[in-house]
Amino acid sequence: MMDRRSFLKKLFSSLALSGGVLGGFFRILPAWGQAKEEPAGKLWGFGVSVDKCIGCARCVVACKSENNVPKEPFFYRTWVERYMIPKEGEAEVTNIHTGLAPEAEVPSKPIFRSFFVPKLCNQCAHPPCVQVCPVGATFSTEDGVVLVNDRTCIGCRYCIQACPYGARYLHPATHTADKCTFCYHRLHRGLLPACVEVCPTQARVIGDLHSAASPMTRFKRMNKIFVLKPNLNTEPKVLYANIDGEVR
Amino acid sequence: MKKPFQKLPESVVRLVTVFAVFIVGTIVVVKFAIPPRFKDTKIQWADTIKQETAKPVQYAGAVACADCHEEVVAQKRKGYHRDLSCETCHGPAKAHTDDPDKVKPPAPRDRKFCPVCHTFNPSRPRGYPMINPVAHNPMKPCFTCHEPHDPKPPTVPRECSACHGEIARTLSVSHHVQLKCTSCHTVPAQHRVSPRVIRPSKPTSRDFCGKCHAKDSTFKGSPKIDLASHGEKYVCWQCHYPHLPEVE
Amino acid sequence: MNPAMVEKLRELLPQVTGYIYPNEIEVHWGLLIVVYPYITGIVAGAFILASLVKVFNVKEVQPLYRLALLTALAFLLVAPLSLVSHLGHPFRAYEIFLTPQTSSAMAMFGFVYAWYLMVVLLVEIWFDYRKDMIVWSQEETGVMKHVHRVLSLFSKDTSEEALRFDNRALKVITIIGIPSAFLLHGYVGFIFGSIKANPWWSSVLMPIVFLFSAIVSGIALVILLYMIIYPMMGGKIDMKCVDKGMSFLFYAVIVDFSLEFVDFIHRIYQSEEEIKILGELVMNKIFFSLAIVQVLMGMLFPLGILSAIKIFRRFRESEELRKLLYFVSLILIQGGIFATRWNVVIGGQMFSKSFRGLTTYKMEFGGIEGLLYALGLLALPLVILAVLLKILPAWKEFAKNPQET
Repeated sequence: MMDRRSFLKKLFSSLALSGGVLGGFFRILPAWGQAKEEPAGKLWGFGVSVDKCIGCARCVVACKSENNVPKEPFFYRTWVERYMIPKEGEAEVTNIHTGLAPEAEVPSKPIFRSFFVPKLCNQCAHPPCVQVCPVGATFSTEDGVVLVNDRTCIGCRYCIQACPYGARYLHPATHTADKCTFCYHRLHRGLLPACVEVCPTQARVIGDLHSAASPMTRFKRMNKIFVLKPNLNTEPKVLYANIDGEVR
Repeated sequence: MKKPFQKLPESVVRLVTVFAVFIVGTIVVVKFAIPPRFKDTKIQWADTIKQETAKPVQYAGAVACADCHEEVVAQKRKGYHRDLSCETCHGPAKAHTDDPDKVKPPAPRDRKFCPVCHTFNPSRPRGYPMINPVAHNPMKPCFTCHEPHDPKPPTVPRECSACHGEIARTLSVSHHVQLKCTSCHTVPAQHRVSPRVIRPSKPTSRDFCGKCHAKDSTFKGSPKIDLASHGEKYVCWQCHYPHLPEVE
Repeated sequence: MNPAMVEKLRELLPQVTGYIYPNEIEVHWGLLIVVYPYITGIVAGAFILASLVKVFNVKEVQPLYRLALLTALAFLLVAPLSLVSHLGHPFRAYEIFLTPQTSSAMAMFGFVYAWYLMVVLLVEIWFDYRKDMIVWSQEETGVMKHVHRVLSLFSKDTSEEALRFDNRALKVITIIGIPSAFLLHGYVGFIFGSIKANPWWSSVLMPIVFLFSAIVSGIALVILLYMIIYPMMGGKIDMKCVDKGMSFLFYAVIVDFSLEFVDFIHRIYQSEEEIKILGELVMNKIFFSLAIVQVLMGMLFPLGILSAIKIFRRFRESEELRKLLYFVSLILIQGGIFATRWNVVIGGQMFSKSFRGLTTYKMEFGGIEGLLYALGLLALPLVILAVLLKILPAWKEFAKNPQET
């Protein structure tokens, strides 16, 4: 037994259901139905090819002049480490600051392997620095970059303590925390970050992680990828290709 | 209305009054006297992004250079320095693009400049062109022989050590010092043009080393082993480093 | 730019061993941040001592009750001073109230502090002194009369019923106060314990260790102050009270010691990636302050002395000898707890997060981050306490004539 009312009810509901299924499948529903599926904005990622870095530290110099970082060797938004793994004993690590000495260098003892590792803020997806900032002066932007608001930063330095990568410092002039922003002002203008711009060997790559065609997509496709200190679950967006286990 | 208050001791009434005045006062001040800019991080973050993106740029980016310097860019595109940004050597040039006549970027002609990247350093990737500035045409500026926008050795390197400094250095103290590179490696001519794509060969058979090191070899003065019983699974260089074979 | 600071960092360079990240050379949290947990520790500890009287009905330590409350208040008033003065922008400190980030342990400071100061400590002191203030203001003349009248919020009710209510209120507040005191100092431990990037700090035990060392330092300081101030005011030290207090202190030190020992064993047994650099840190950089001052002088010595007093009859019989020994162990314990704070705060910043090298900390003498300023901060609560004792005398027997003190 089916009266007209319940029949109509069933008819409409089944129509609506099948229409919804079809609409969902072929994306013919009006825009409000797909609001969630709209392509997300940019998400910046950074790639470092360790075996391309020649340790010239042009990136460090460029970063300091682009971003007004003090020239003294205690303040860095990016820096380059040099690893020497000797035949015997501990790995020796040094910080390359103003470019290598122009004299040819011969290691003092036999080495197995040696390489350079550029370092910068990892722009973590779960940034410990943002978590601990008491006043919300540091935050993640929607395109995945962690920024510092130097007008509300109180200079408590909790974020510097919380960063596992030593990527933050207290700017001696502003007395606020400072760090790599992927050259946010340059990205905004469609330019490459200063370090990527000047890198002579393409050891540094930047791109949109959401885009199907970006240098980062290729970087991720072509390399074995590692991030620094994965055990801390910070989920860095700076990815390293062909990195050595000695690097911390 | 008065009844519940009468039940409370006067001490509590007094305390509650003080607290109420304090709390209400605080709420009123926070709510009405302080502008939202000071208490809403959302507004502060938007301001920060605005401030960050408005920061001035120092490096103009390689695309900007191509607008005027077509010839140089075309020349550079063919050479080894094709991936190099103009500003890697010429320094930040935003001021130059803003006012080309007034500000001229420097062209480094000092002999100290090119060696920042090209001095021999054992940590640099294998095959990267490196020289010893002390021994390599001392006192002569680099650009007298090498055009920086299309750098080529005046002649294609005769010596493998021009690029393979680390191996040459190792080899110089080893028992194999007398061997030519070509004794063991076949080097395709293309290797000198595309060193990373076209690679020299390595010995593929045990008999190759056996020419000198097999028990029945007629070569004098080399350690001999029985190829049949000695490490049959491996090619010799998988255990012995031919550029610095063991002394024992 | 700041040439003096750059010069200071340059001087540190030769003292760096191994590899540190280049930004790590500066020890960011200096002496002021050592002083801060030391002071809040005293606040929490002193309050716990006070609660012994009200909640656990330990009658013997009654003479310490008001002194403990006033000590807690005096130190609590100074606590934020050390925090604010170390900020890069001290005048932006209000931001912590306007835009507090709920994910940040440090942002909660303002609220924990306000709660503890206003709801717990001030209210408890007010209820405890209310009747006395009314009585005093009736007897007194001049300024003090008005001071007491204002402080009592012009309260007048001294009826039996009102006093009974005061007592009940005190009990309730103390019961709220104990977890609040735990919160106040446990949260200071959490500030350090929650930093996963720093293995020297990152530990679940950190808040608990902080708590017990807080109880130790608080009880020790109140007893010490009692032993100094009370005779100065012309009283005779109540040895029963001091004995009982010292007994509680003894157990607190044992718990504190065991907790730190457990933490130590746990680290060595697990011996993770960072164990090597932590070993170097302990052996080369903070050996004196950790092994000698904190453990040997600050814990084992006083424990030895106190056990000797408990075991041997000779000590129990001679009051003078006991007083002397108590005095020595109290001072040693204070030094030990200060060293504990030093080792946590400074020690945690002396090794690189690359686990490859150590930097060093050079204490300044003058200036905001200097020794003088820190000593001033530590002396300031004592001055405040002196003023508080003048306005709110802690002992009834001297209260009638406050001017004589």
